[in-house]
Amino acid sequence: MFARIDRLGALLSAAGAAALLWLPFVVVKANRIVPGEPRALFEVLPGAAALGCAAALLLAAVVAVGVPSARVRLAAAVIGISALALAVAAAGTALTPVGNKVVRIAAGAAFWVLLVCLGLMATDAITRLRPGPLRRILFLLIFLGVSVLALASGLFDHLSVMREYAVNAARFAHELRQHILLALGSLGAAAVVGLPLGVFCYRAPRLREGILGTLNVIQTIPAIALFGILMAPLGALAAAVPLAERFGIRGIGAAPAALALFLYSLLPIVANTVLGLRRVSRAAVEAARGMGMTNTQVLVRIELPLALPVILTGIRVVLVQNIGMVTVAALIGGGGLGTFVFQGIGQTAIDLVLLGAIPIVVLAFSAAVILDALVEVMDRAKR
Amino acid sequence: MIAVENLTKRYGAATVVNDVSMLIESNSITVIVGTSGSGKSTLLRMINRLIEPSAGQVLIEGKDTRAEPAHLLRRRIGYVIQGNGLFPHRTVAENIATVPRLLRWSSARVAARVDELLRVFQLDPGAYAQAFPHQLSGGQQQRVGVARALAAEPAVLLMDEPFGALDPIIRAKAQEDLLDIQRRFGTTIVLVTHDMDEAFLLGDRVAVMSQGRVLQYDRPTALLTRPTDPFVSRMTGLADRAMRLLSLTTAGEVAAPGGSSGPQVPAAASLRDALSEILWSGADSALVVDADGTPRGHLTLAAILAHGRPA
Amino acid sequence: MRIASALRFIALALLVAFLLVPQKFAPVFAPLTQFGAPAIYDQGNLLSLALAHLGTVCVAAAASTVVAVGLGVLVTRPAGREFLPLSRTLVNIGQTFPPVAVLAVTVPLIGFGEKPTLIALFAYGLLPIFENTIVGLQTTPPAVLEAASGMGMSARQRLLSVELPLAMPLILEGIRLSLVINVGTATIGSTVAAKGMGEVIIAGLLSNNTAFVLQGGLVTALMAVLLYEGMVAFERRVCRTVQSE
Repeated sequence: MFARIDRLGALLSAAGAAALLWLPFVVVKANRIVPGEPRALFEVLPGAAALGCAAALLLAAVVAVGVPSARVRLAAAVIGISALALAVAAAGTALTPVGNKVVRIAAGAAFWVLLVCLGLMATDAITRLRPGPLRRILFLLIFLGVSVLALASGLFDHLSVMREYAVNAARFAHELRQHILLALGSLGAAAVVGLPLGVFCYRAPRLREGILGTLNVIQTIPAIALFGILMAPLGALAAAVPLAERFGIRGIGAAPAALALFLYSLLPIVANTVLGLRRVSRAAVEAARGMGMTNTQVLVRIELPLALPVILTGIRVVLVQNIGMVTVAALIGGGGLGTFVFQGIGQTAIDLVLLGAIPIVVLAFSAAVILDALVEVMDRAKR
Repeated sequence: MIAVENLTKRYGAATVVNDVSMLIESNSITVIVGTSGSGKSTLLRMINRLIEPSAGQVLIEGKDTRAEPAHLLRRRIGYVIQGNGLFPHRTVAENIATVPRLLRWSSARVAARVDELLRVFQLDPGAYAQAFPHQLSGGQQQRVGVARALAAEPAVLLMDEPFGALDPIIRAKAQEDLLDIQRRFGTTIVLVTHDMDEAFLLGDRVAVMSQGRVLQYDRPTALLTRPTDPFVSRMTGLADRAMRLLSLTTAGEVAAPGGSSGPQVPAAASLRDALSEILWSGADSALVVDADGTPRGHLTLAAILAHGRPA
Repeated sequence: MRIASALRFIALALLVAFLLVPQKFAPVFAPLTQFGAPAIYDQGNLLSLALAHLGTVCVAAAASTVVAVGLGVLVTRPAGREFLPLSRTLVNIGQTFPPVAVLAVTVPLIGFGEKPTLIALFAYGLLPIFENTIVGLQTTPPAVLEAASGMGMSARQRLLSVELPLAMPLILEGIRLSLVINVGTATIGSTVAAKGMGEVIIAGLLSNNTAFVLQGGLVTALMAVLLYEGMVAFERRVCRTVQSE
């Protein structure tokens, strides 16, 4: 211990300390829209609690600077984050007069900076431990489980974000479901169309440039533009064919967004399918044909399984991309968590924005972790 | 017996295989040797129709290879290529079981065959059956490649530069093993290589190809003593043709009754190796012994020298 | 290739023509409007909006390049090696952060207008450039590095004369990617009152005027494509002597 000073740890600790001393820990607002008053950590918590939190943070800083063991660092970071979370929850409770539903207590800059620093420390420690794919998913599930439990327990209910949630609870569940459905649904449709299209492009090199080029052009059209452009034809379709309207195909709403997302998802899937197939060992394919497999058998038993890791990587890219883009769909009435984001922007209510943005980031992150692990598990050839 | 009749392959204006005819005897090893671009690989791949001929036909046991769909034909012919082409995502056992499964053998029969082949190729089933190709050494991968080709008990085995990627010591062992396999299973083997030493070591008959034509197709001895084309003698090498000729006969075949005070030489060793031993020892004869050590006769320097030139 | 160059030229010509004399294109867009709505965007000067859009993107890209390349160099030096694994993880995490979320989070902190858009574009544009700088610097052929040291170059000379020039194709590719993504993301900046083509699109969405949406979308897409092609041509000129993978 203390043989070498860990420079990353020193940097993070310095940043965290500076934040704690000079930036507000929480911000107290009399109501939703007025700017708030900053409060420091020791102002808002009773002495013992504040000292406890400070002690945990100090421990994390010491470990960060002097202890090289990854497990200890992870443990210290987790303790620090827990202390921080409890402190901010307690601050919320302490600063809210009983029965008052109007006042808003928001986490201040110091909280966010400390959270980021501790988060970086934890992430760095996890990276050093080099967990396998299954263990990474386990970490993710533990993290998600603990977070959900903590939120459900009512500890954080006095914080402004949770207040916004309380007001919008039913809508939140609906928009969350809508967001996930749109992202996954468009991905599924694109996979069903994109995989065969990718195989086709692989077998027909001359058409490949044209198809990939067209898909590339589609990618450069900005999302809201494509949503908007698709609104007119879909609207016309709904007007001309009443049956379409019964199925939910309308000019506004989720339909143009879903169609646009489908189009955006095609390029990564098709491109990665071609790339994956091209990287399959020529010798294996020749041996398979020489053994008497039909072309279909070679494709299904040899080429596609060996191309699978690259194809799955494409799907991962698409899923994360879609989760982000569904946010924008809110602008054309498509629903999803973006509704909260843009409403919050419109009302200058940061907490509403956070209510939308935080789940979006968590969804994207979880999708990335799960699919990356899946790619690693499926890569049988390398095991 | 495989009858290759007037086989030709053209790509546009270029003729890669030009009117080749040859009769390949059953239960033998036929080697097709030539430099790169001679058309030897193309010729081989026309036998199992991985390349369709522009003209001519191939008859296996009197039956035209075009009489059935290509992929069904190939399930009855073993095929080994340079680099093996083992399926990286399947275990060794699954690789070997590929064609039997395509032929819908029962699981028990497949498992038994996989086990048998692994043992024949000196790979302990317990250790290697569930391993993946990338966990094996180059030599082991090559053996699995050949085992896989033989899994469905084909009468014919086609091999395209199968030992090219191996280092010299492993290659020698692999070539010896191939001779053993052929004797054991009685397969008709057609092997393509650019290595003349390999051709002489393995081939019962050797076809020398250049620019799409077979220049000479004969027993190795004949290629040395009665070359029909300057190219053939260039390929076999003029400088050490005598040595090559000596390498084609074993000590056991030439040993005469009698004893010798010279070095001991195994009956299976070639005359070239025996000559080397005699020279090294300074004696003028060697004692030829069987595999178990019993003396078979003696081999004089004069007898060896007599075999070093055309009869 | 001829067809591609011709298409590019036509695209550029059309774009410039449309921005300079938009009213001439009115007949093309008129069929897309309803109830006699204006066919061409009339709530602002299209040319100045396009230039403002490009300006925002380029300023953000310039800032991202300086910071990202600088950090990339630092992290691949022996002194900064500690930070390398974390940098990789950050790049990974950053890629999963939707660009819209970055924008959404900066606005409440900074306010409305150009600034949050610039910051969001800067932050999101850092990643492709940072990642490519690291990969480019780390894949310098070891034989070349050894030859450079053997010749007597100092570490700084090696960096400037050997490593950076060899990494240039990858770095430029990262800048190109960053630019193209940002052109699209900047349209959303208009939801927070930043000046740009997003204004046209959103006006169209609000008033149900597909002509506006199409104009905004096409101009943005054309700008992105032309920027992409321009960068490719620039890369080819600059990296002519460097062999890329």
